[in-house]
Amino acid sequence: MDLLKEISESLQKGDDAKVGELTQKAIDEGMEPKVILDDGLIAGMNVIGKRFRDHEIFLPHVLLSARAMYAGMDLLRPLFLRDEVPSAGKVVLGTVQGDLHDIGKNLVGIMLKGAGFEIVDLGKDVAPEVFVDTAEKEGASIIGMSTLLTTTAPGMVRVIEIINERGLGDKIKTIVGGAPVSQDMADTIGADAYGYDAANAVETIKEMVGV
Amino acid sequence: MKPLLERLQSGEILVGDGAIGSMLIAHGLESGQCPDLITLEAPEVLAAIGRQYLEAGSELLTTNTFGASPLKLADYGLDDKAEEINRNAVAILREVAAGEAYVSASCGPSGCILEPYGDTSEEAVYTSFERQMSALSDVDVICIETMSDLREATLAVRAAKAVQPDKPVLATMTFDETPRGFFTIMGTSVADACAGLLEAGADVVGSNCGNGLEKMIEIAADFRAATASPVLIQSNAGQPVLEKGVVHYPESPDFFAEHTPDMIAAGASIIGGCCGTTPDHIRAVRKVIQ
Repeated sequence: MDLLKEISESLQKGDDAKVGELTQKAIDEGMEPKVILDDGLIAGMNVIGKRFRDHEIFLPHVLLSARAMYAGMDLLRPLFLRDEVPSAGKVVLGTVQGDLHDIGKNLVGIMLKGAGFEIVDLGKDVAPEVFVDTAEKEGASIIGMSTLLTTTAPGMVRVIEIINERGLGDKIKTIVGGAPVSQDMADTIGADAYGYDAANAVETIKEMVGV
Repeated sequence: MKPLLERLQSGEILVGDGAIGSMLIAHGLESGQCPDLITLEAPEVLAAIGRQYLEAGSELLTTNTFGASPLKLADYGLDDKAEEINRNAVAILREVAAGEAYVSASCGPSGCILEPYGDTSEEAVYTSFERQMSALSDVDVICIETMSDLREATLAVRAAKAVQPDKPVLATMTFDETPRGFFTIMGTSVADACAGLLEAGADVVGSNCGNGLEKMIEIAADFRAATASPVLIQSNAGQPVLEKGVVHYPESPDFFAEHTPDMIAAGASIIGGCCGTTPDHIRAVRKVIQ
């Protein structure tokens, strides 16, 4: 079987040892790291993302596949640093202030990394200023805010206000998501985009940065 | 008061209470505060909410201990306060209930993901629930709720039964609709949840939160199809929407009243509310059940 296809399928099975082994084999055979990443690891993760969105698989399966992806990424990372493969973009992620749920946000982070983005993960219960300060400092073009609680919407609003107050609206775009968030809510609070699930958030961010 | 399970077995339909979280916000809880700490900082607010639900007709009053397992409290660095928080939360409602309602201890998820998918061991989760259950010794009922991982839920049920073997244990999970029926995000179906929770020792099984009352009626029917045991249903008041910066839950008390006969017909034995429900929702349900 095609080695890249085999990597993708082992990743979809959540077999981290096999993904590590096959990724090493691909590197040893002189395959381009970017090709291994795109056509092996990311290709597999895209299938997982779609199957999760379609409710064909559930969170445990996604977590195992993500772990398998890391097994491959760990081997590729030093090569990327050497080859200076440009990143797709930088995203600051966090769960908004007052909320400690982070499964959804972590999933988005995992899948964005899989799609070649650099992630600055601020964790949970993140204050509005911290989102914007970090994005400015890190030169990130996207702030992703996640919430599971309905009571934390004002925190999201505040982040958008701060971006506007500092005149950063052209440089930093916002995307919001989480169980209680909807397109309507995103529009109401003035967010640039809404991701209805982790896979959709990644697709939307790709469109926002034009990759 | 007659024991809860006796009343349920005789076919009586009981009324639970509604949300605490959204009520706390209405009482001025600041975003970012640990909700379980309110028990120590503003017990009078919790007593007032409890009284409102009692007056509305709730027969079970839920303690403000949803996130008061040591593992969850550790998010705020408050795990060493677990005993104090749980004990005080029960004491507040014990006084409010005054023998007219059961005091029901809320136990929510640990917030950790169990091995091999996450990095938390079964033992750590069990020990955490064991500590919480021990501190809840003065309750009438233990309600393990909003679980999405059946393994975690059964660990909580087992801890409850080990520490307090005489207390009825209610256990609910939160389901999403998929093309193949209702599943938790971890992939547990209603039938599997029902079998697993009962096998672990739960006396009452069911669902809470969710995607609105009409979906919950379908979930109640799925539980009823899977078991003859009593079924607890606590729906949220629909998917929240934001209006002029204020969070609003679309399903009104009238909507709840209107659908209560269907909920009973579907097989619910205890009917309460989750996020966005208020004493008015409970009053509306109560009226129908009388």
